[in-house]
Amino acid sequence: MSLDLVANVVVAGVLTGLLYGLMALGLSVIFGVVRVVNFAHGEMMTVAMYAATVLFAELGLDPFVCVLPVAAAFFVFGYVLQRGLINPFITRPEHSQFMLLVAVAMVLVNALLMVFGPSARTVQVDYQLESFEIGKILVDKARLYAAFAAVITASALFAFFKLTLVGKAIRAAADNHLGALVVGLDVKHLYALTFGLGAVCVAVAGCAMVLLVDVTPPLGPAYTLLAFVIVIVGGLGSMPGALLGGMLIGVSEALAGLLVAPSAKGMFSFGLLILVLLFRPQGLLGKKT
Amino acid sequence: MKRRQFNRALAAAAAFSALPGIVKAQAPKLKVGVILPRSGYLGFIGQSCQKGADLAPGVIKEMLGVDVELMNADFESNVDTARTRAERLIQEGAHVLVGPFDSGAAAAIAQVAEQRGVPFVINIAAAPQITEQGYKYVFRNFQTAIDIVRNGLDLIGDLFQATHTVPRTAVYMHVNDTFGQAMTKGIGALLPRRTQLPFKIVDTISYDPAAKDLTVEVSKAKAANADFLLLVCRLNDAIILRREMVKQRWNPMGIVSPGSPGMYEEQYFKALGKLSDYSISNVPWYNPNSKLTKVVEKAFLKQNPKDKLDFHGLNAGFTFEAILIAADAYKRARSTDPKTLADAIRQTNIVDKMSLGGPIKFNEKGQVEGIGSACVQNMNGLPTVVLPQAAAKAKPVFPAPYYKKT
Amino acid sequence: MSKASAALAVLAALLIALPAFAGNYALSVATLILYFAYTGQAWNVMMGFAGQLSLGHALYVGVGAYAAGGLFFHYGIGPWAGLWLAIALCVALGLFVGFLAFRFGISGVYFALLTIAFAEFTRIGFDHLDWLGGPGGMFLKVAQRDTWDILNFRGPPLMYYYAILFLCAAALALCRLLLRSKAGYYWQAIRENEEAAQALGIDTFRWKMLAVAISSAMTAVSGVFFAFYYNNLFPEQIFHISRSIEIILGPVIGGVGTLFGPILGAAVLTLLSDGITDGLAALGWEIPGIKQVFYGVVLLGVVMFLPNGIWPPLARMLRLRK
Repeated sequence: MSLDLVANVVVAGVLTGLLYGLMALGLSVIFGVVRVVNFAHGEMMTVAMYAATVLFAELGLDPFVCVLPVAAAFFVFGYVLQRGLINPFITRPEHSQFMLLVAVAMVLVNALLMVFGPSARTVQVDYQLESFEIGKILVDKARLYAAFAAVITASALFAFFKLTLVGKAIRAAADNHLGALVVGLDVKHLYALTFGLGAVCVAVAGCAMVLLVDVTPPLGPAYTLLAFVIVIVGGLGSMPGALLGGMLIGVSEALAGLLVAPSAKGMFSFGLLILVLLFRPQGLLGKKT
Repeated sequence: MKRRQFNRALAAAAAFSALPGIVKAQAPKLKVGVILPRSGYLGFIGQSCQKGADLAPGVIKEMLGVDVELMNADFESNVDTARTRAERLIQEGAHVLVGPFDSGAAAAIAQVAEQRGVPFVINIAAAPQITEQGYKYVFRNFQTAIDIVRNGLDLIGDLFQATHTVPRTAVYMHVNDTFGQAMTKGIGALLPRRTQLPFKIVDTISYDPAAKDLTVEVSKAKAANADFLLLVCRLNDAIILRREMVKQRWNPMGIVSPGSPGMYEEQYFKALGKLSDYSISNVPWYNPNSKLTKVVEKAFLKQNPKDKLDFHGLNAGFTFEAILIAADAYKRARSTDPKTLADAIRQTNIVDKMSLGGPIKFNEKGQVEGIGSACVQNMNGLPTVVLPQAAAKAKPVFPAPYYKKT
Repeated sequence: MSKASAALAVLAALLIALPAFAGNYALSVATLILYFAYTGQAWNVMMGFAGQLSLGHALYVGVGAYAAGGLFFHYGIGPWAGLWLAIALCVALGLFVGFLAFRFGISGVYFALLTIAFAEFTRIGFDHLDWLGGPGGMFLKVAQRDTWDILNFRGPPLMYYYAILFLCAAALALCRLLLRSKAGYYWQAIRENEEAAQALGIDTFRWKMLAVAISSAMTAVSGVFFAFYYNNLFPEQIFHISRSIEIILGPVIGGVGTLFGPILGAAVLTLLSDGITDGLAALGWEIPGIKQVFYGVVLLGVVMFLPNGIWPPLARMLRLRK
């Protein structure tokens, strides 16, 4: 097996992994603050993917331009979802939260089926089939841009949580719920904001994802699972952990596909997940609770 | 008091669920229960098959003069639902069942049909085991995986002959699901014995049916440096694969499927545009020149003015034929009695049909033998029959020209 | 007490008599309901009693089904022997997962995700196990559909109906016994507050392991039933996460931790699903997907407004409970 082949595959794995990481970042942020696992995460991303295809088909917008309106809409959607539906559930047991979001996911998937029908939708842009040639490595343009978008969005989110007052307030509410209430923070509002921001990650990831994958209604659950794997590996609630987890899963799946049977590569992700849960349950970059 | 009310309610509920579906009156009509996966992950194929069912009553009335009433059921791509829907259709008076595209669901429905003694005509499902169970009421007018491979490989030989090409090596990629595995077994069994085929397989790559990213798979296949790609795929993975080949600048002589869905489907053309051209699928297909095909095509266009039969040929065609088989048996039997119908289906001999190959005749296992395949090559955005010559609408192109963006 | 047991006796009598007046369709639906009721009951032992959320119970159904199915398929050994292999394998597997998780202090959401991971891992693994059919599926020989061959568990649907009815009744009795045993009280203590239970000197590890063992053993049996009722097994179907979700829908909707919740939940959900299909057909709304949207909305409503499930308030209404 040539080294070029390995290098090609690893680079692609890192880039795809960053995009997966952005999607998972949304899940991680929401869990880190609201303490609810969003079991409708992949389904929400499918909605974003459909939004991008519609904007492309109707207005000819490039998916990376679609990011802005879709992210704005998703922020509102996330905010309302948390405020209206999920908030009463934050004190309820996990299986109750799980059931709620499974029901949300079921409605989303099938509403998409009703509206868009069962066939796949896609966008066609001119750079979609092109790649950069760097030495002997071929880097797929769309994948590279998507990874850029992921890094930019993640950085912006880090900056928001580190630098702004609202961001700090959210972190305070996450660290000490009661304390935040005592000092008079509007925790409900902060939680809803967080969910909105998580939804923004999903929206950006979804818009970039349509360049790589055609979207169909039943696509969601697989992404939900993938996001779980990534955040657990990286550390549930840890923001850099999500990106690291994404890259790790991207690369390990790529290498597993190369060295073993590609159809079995999913096993390695779940195997990695099991190992991490057992030996470092807080995840690679997670804080011990 | 309360308890009694409760009990009475229970009894009422139980009695309600026990109501017989429909009073059995001998209406001069054949009721066909059509079970398809119109939602869930098989949704797009189920809806494509449904188009063939929807046009059947009209065409059959004109052809045979018998009345067919469809009873449609969606099994939601879920086997439990397939089973209960089958029971339900039978209870509501279906005389014959048709469906369901999926081998798992077909196996579940077959058990119900056999138990209730109601004939079940399978439109599409390739798992060979279904007709190996000794069922008396289960019929299949579709090729089993091994037949698909046999015909597919023969057509590959014809293709090379017609284009005067001699590829020496192939890389074999297949989706690792029920269908893909059955096909792989068939290829493993048949290819070594096809000494007239000039090529050998240098690498085999199996991939996940739900794969969203085939970078590694394509890198590996490209590294095998083979003359052409032998591919058993589904739809979405075929699209991702085709794009990835361009991105990785891999240009083998061509992509040839020895018999799988995917590359002849409308979505493949829509998603890939010009890139979809020249892909080859050797699949059970309809004869575009047959008399019946023209009648069906007319009906199809009337019902779906914006659509083309070419894209639904396999799904709609075999679903229509399954209903035709039932209606033809009904006409000869002059009865809707399930046993009489099943006997009549066993005597089926339909010569004027849509699909390629010999007449529709069932063997003692309930399987139609000798269904023909066609070499279908994508040309100018349409799946086009290029072989066998008798049914061809164009000449095959192999090796495929180098893809250039225009 | 007497009121509840009288109601139960009537229900049992009705269910035993059901085949006499129900059609084949109703019987197949009833079989499905009882199957989910039984499997939900098994899941409930782990979650409802001991508070350990498993989202991967399809793992035990699948392994149980493949164990007994494989023996029958390859060696013609009937399910009565296969049953014990299935139980042994599933208990071993459950204890393995439980040991790893509980030893390392994994609980809550993390435990739930670990169970998903194990189920998915196994699903992909079985896709590569050619001996058991791989993704091509394993087809058990279907024969003797009219006579009751109890030795090989082959027969008409009626036989399967009574088998699953018996299993349901047995599971109910077992769970009732468990709830009132020492184990039941310890489990409830662990479920409500594990640290406090530990402080009281309860060996929480041991009791949680017991819950996992019983739950996985019971689920193994439902796998064996599944294998011989359906006669064909595909890893993609049996291990899929959507199957795990289907298993827990019943008990969650019916009432987690209650004895009748899983049964009521399974019945309500299956009848609801059929009811919606019929209602939509009557209205002529045949848009694919619309049924599941309605179903999802009803689920949403139930989890929103009946946080403890349907059974507790219903029991109060019927005054079956104080």
